[in-house]
Amino acid sequence: MTPGEDDAPVVPAAGRAPGSAGRVRRHTDPLVPEGPVRVSANVCQAAGCMSMGSDRLFADLKEDVVASGATDVAVRRVGCLGLCSAGPLVEVPEQGRLFEKVGAAGGTSLAELLGSLTGEAPGGREVADDPFFARQVKVVLERSGKVDPEDVEDYVASGGYEALAKAVTMMSPDEVTDEVVRSGLRGRGGAGYPTGLKWRTVAKAPGEGGKYVVCNADEGDPGAFMDRSVLESCPQQVLEGMAIAAYAVGASRGYVYARAEYPLAVKRLQSAIRQAEASGHLGRDILGTRFELHIEVRIGAGAFVCGEETALLASIQGGRGTPRPRPPYPASAGLWGCPTLINNVETFANVPSVISRGSGYLAGTGTERSKGTKVFALTGAVVRTGLIEVPMGLRLRDIVFDIGGGLAPGRRFKAVQTGGPSGGCIPEDLLDMSVDYETLSQAGSIMGSGGMIVMDDTSCMVDVARYFMDFCREESCGKCLPCRVGTQQMYRLLDRMCHGTATMAQLEELEGLAGMVRATSLCGLGQGAPNPVFSTLRYFRDEYLAHVQDHRCPAGVCPMDGTPGAPVPPEGALMAGTGAASTGGAR
Amino acid sequence: MAPTTAAARQAPSDDKRWRQVDVRMRRLGYRPDGLIEVLHTTQEVFGYLDDDALRYVGESLGVPPSTVYGVATFYSHFSLKPQGRHTCVVCTGTACYINGAGQLLEEVGRRLGVAPGGTTADGRISVLKARCLGACSMAPAVVVDGEVHGKVRPDALMAVLGTL
Repeated sequence: MTPGEDDAPVVPAAGRAPGSAGRVRRHTDPLVPEGPVRVSANVCQAAGCMSMGSDRLFADLKEDVVASGATDVAVRRVGCLGLCSAGPLVEVPEQGRLFEKVGAAGGTSLAELLGSLTGEAPGGREVADDPFFARQVKVVLERSGKVDPEDVEDYVASGGYEALAKAVTMMSPDEVTDEVVRSGLRGRGGAGYPTGLKWRTVAKAPGEGGKYVVCNADEGDPGAFMDRSVLESCPQQVLEGMAIAAYAVGASRGYVYARAEYPLAVKRLQSAIRQAEASGHLGRDILGTRFELHIEVRIGAGAFVCGEETALLASIQGGRGTPRPRPPYPASAGLWGCPTLINNVETFANVPSVISRGSGYLAGTGTERSKGTKVFALTGAVVRTGLIEVPMGLRLRDIVFDIGGGLAPGRRFKAVQTGGPSGGCIPEDLLDMSVDYETLSQAGSIMGSGGMIVMDDTSCMVDVARYFMDFCREESCGKCLPCRVGTQQMYRLLDRMCHGTATMAQLEELEGLAGMVRATSLCGLGQGAPNPVFSTLRYFRDEYLAHVQDHRCPAGVCPMDGTPGAPVPPEGALMAGTGAASTGGAR
Repeated sequence: MAPTTAAARQAPSDDKRWRQVDVRMRRLGYRPDGLIEVLHTTQEVFGYLDDDALRYVGESLGVPPSTVYGVATFYSHFSLKPQGRHTCVVCTGTACYINGAGQLLEEVGRRLGVAPGGTTADGRISVLKARCLGACSMAPAVVVDGEVHGKVRPDALMAVLGTL
């Protein structure tokens, strides 16, 4: 959508039939009255709610508001409201109320929402006291659920691009970098490398052939959708972060590498780039200065390894996404051999607030070594699932039980999985740990990009380890032997355990192999692949022993249909014919 | 690699859909690094990538056949064989997995007689696995012909597939 005349607000007029000529121009346009707005209905239009019918709800609600004759009610399109398990969601910010499952069976009826909007009877529930929202601190998601993701003017009206303006008109590139260094911001893609230091390295690198900024939006961890939500909810904030970074390091070209699995995020990002170019925030002569930045979107094609930075660069250049040894790091030799800055979506989305509010803003939140907030996709066996942003250092218990609302009645907590296929499973007795880079690492997991999957007593930890190993063996690019063959062999050993045919010697073999693959693989995929095995062995060894010694799966998930010591069962698809996951039927 | 050899060429057939591929290549300036983008477009318009398509794209961009084939087979998104008229994509992300994605695949496979990645004998439905759709709050999730279905049970899924 290009801002301009075409987006003139639709004016509801009393007594006019909805949808009559000249009323609703496009079904995706928001409904904004000409006069003062008393209340607005913010309808979530991110992928989660959309797949539950929020786009139809958006259209229906506009018609109903017009039909009601109300002239002071706006119906807006916004990004993710967070509580995805209760979608489609509608928030009425003026009343501080949230309406759940609007129009869905067992949820809020459209009539109740309309009654609340027109002032007949307040419906929904208070947002302020809800622990799901009360424990969160929003920096990255500050505008998520508040601004229209497809309208640059809405972003600008909410203070967007003020940071870029401050950077390019009042600060030197070095001052911008210094501010980011002082903020203590670390990479949100998982590894936690200090962002400012990376910027400084790229800034100092000689760049006769030009420099590049790259946004890693190849969010491949299963169970993670933070980057997708940020791009769907406020793509301009990511572009602003990239533009500030490009100014700081001296780049004039940039790429966003996004997953093909996220069509809505890609569409909104492409639209955001066009609009930002039209409004002078990207392209040539940005904000009237000599600074220029041209950003292109490149779409992945379904390869997890492309989240690794050197593989990602190879893929942007049109090739197979295989990693290469580092050094040289992309900061000195990246795209086409030029110095290239690569940061994750969430990292870039943090940057505008660092610049506009000063480094102290971020540094004032979090722990000593992990500053700021972290966005998590909270999913699995908790009552409330969705997208959350919490200060670093919050207890894991608070996330699972306060924000997530604990487990379903009758279910018992078993573990939280963080960090995807390179992460680990954190057991119950560590629930009081602080969520930050160091503590998670000490516990044998990693921060990762932000997937947080809660598992209950219906999950078998040996089966979970096998699940992740199946993922890694399929996603291994095949370039280095330890990963290509090691993940395959570890999978076969784990599969034996799930079939009840493994021996104690093979359990030892698994541990030995895991150590070798971690130590000798070329990139993070192989180096991290043994982590789920290590962490489940560390905290749930009794489950392994039950499988191997007693030929029994305590959770009742694994088929355990083989004869102990029998030959390896025939190779098959992981989830075909193995009985796979059990749901317990309770959820 | 300098984009010197690349240029517009004669399309493999007079099928009008080649024009969309040509437009994409022209917009990318026939640069070899646009290979993945062009393969995306080609698969979008033809449904899959056959030998003619791979050869034509490679020649137009100045990329050798070995590289084109290497790229097309590296990425799981690209398909070198025709898909069914309908697609059923079962998400196997972590949240979906612990919520019964395995049972869904098993049931669909058993009732339709097709393994993940395969197409029914009558060419009606292709059953695919997705790594993670990011629809974790609705686990297990299935995408049937582009429409996401959440909290899917095997019987409900078979009912949806029965209406196709």
